[in-house]
Amino acid sequence: MSRTWVLDTVDEAVAGIEDDSTVLVGGFGLAGMPFDLIDALIRQGAKELTVVSNNAGNGQVGLAALLKAGRVRKIICSFPRQVDSYVFDELYRAGRIELEVVPQGTLAERLRAAGAGIGAFFCPTGVGTPLAEGKETRVIDGRGHVLEFPIRGDVALIGAHRADTAGNLVYRKTARNFGPVMATAATTTIAQVSEVVPAGSLDPEAIVTPGIYVDRVIRVDARQYTVQGAR
Amino acid sequence: MALTVDELAARVARDIPAGAYVNLGIGQPTKVADHLDPKAGVVLHTENGMLGMGPAALGDQVDPDLTNAGKVPVTELPGASYFHHADSFAMMRGGHLDVCVLGAFQVSVTGDLANWHTGEPDDIPAVGGAMDLAIGARQVFVMMTLFTKNGTPKLVPHCTYPLTGIGCVTRVYTDLAVFDLGPSGATVRQTHGITVGELQARLGTPLTM
Repeated sequence: MSRTWVLDTVDEAVAGIEDDSTVLVGGFGLAGMPFDLIDALIRQGAKELTVVSNNAGNGQVGLAALLKAGRVRKIICSFPRQVDSYVFDELYRAGRIELEVVPQGTLAERLRAAGAGIGAFFCPTGVGTPLAEGKETRVIDGRGHVLEFPIRGDVALIGAHRADTAGNLVYRKTARNFGPVMATAATTTIAQVSEVVPAGSLDPEAIVTPGIYVDRVIRVDARQYTVQGAR
Repeated sequence: MALTVDELAARVARDIPAGAYVNLGIGQPTKVADHLDPKAGVVLHTENGMLGMGPAALGDQVDPDLTNAGKVPVTELPGASYFHHADSFAMMRGGHLDVCVLGAFQVSVTGDLANWHTGEPDDIPAVGGAMDLAIGARQVFVMMTLFTKNGTPKLVPHCTYPLTGIGCVTRVYTDLAVFDLGPSGATVRQTHGITVGELQARLGTPLTM
């Protein structure tokens, strides 16, 4: 789609997400987590989802709430187990969710590969470990590599700081994390932002995600949440 | 005397070259930052997309959009930069980080690392960036106690826990000794309150000086 739609409501933003979709969810812990889009997805009702995200939810909000609502069949992530991942832990131990653990850098690169049209790539991470079992390997320049395939999403839900009406995005600090690669890797990329400004107001030199990757934008109010470890 | 965790962190910090780009793993390795000389210009990398990470944020400094790999709020130093995850891990795999310091369940004398999964049936596997760091950083330092609470050695002939990486650890800093690791095994660099003979007896593995 060539044009980014700036929508009025978060429910419009997630309209049309189908059952059995693969949904890329941005964020690292709670930083960059698209809370409002996930809440809207819960209301929207799509189920049997495969979710790709770094973590498997924290506390009861965001991705954890989607899991708790029983909409996720499988999660592909690098670090499910955390002090506050009890929603996931319970589902996993009850055998009610499938887990694929991927090294964090390989997760990012598989998403990048999908967005960049790469068929597969050889990666040195994980050679000789349980996470490389059953995968094709090759020695290149004397070093072992594992063949890794792209992860493409039907939908990406990401959190960014500011959008312009052309869909260009900028992020804020470490909340950037997976947003830029996920934006490239999905058929439909939906961004929630704190502010939408007219095209021409963002410095073109400073744009992180060009609007070509962004299909829908929704402005939401900044959410207050506490961070783990905050003193 | 065996080193305390803080003394061990200070010992690791002494071996980090001035101006190095460094990633400190979650847990004990984070403490190394407290012992780096600010004048040495060591630049800290955090896997979630930042170079130039500063100390933990306190009070009003806390910003939910600025955390470290352990999701703890941190600060930024002058010269800091932000980047996305694919770039952050390209820095690791591409050999751009000089040093990373990781914790471990077990390290083999030839530098195999096990630090992500106990392999117990009820343990939920979670790897994060451990495998990428282990094979990516130019030097991989491990910081750990030499024995478990039950007295079992953590420097072993062969790891029994699931591996994180093969032959990737170059040096191990422990409360009782510092070792260099390589294809020919473990070499003792320094001991703390224990003789090499006692070390060898308790570890049950050949060591060279």
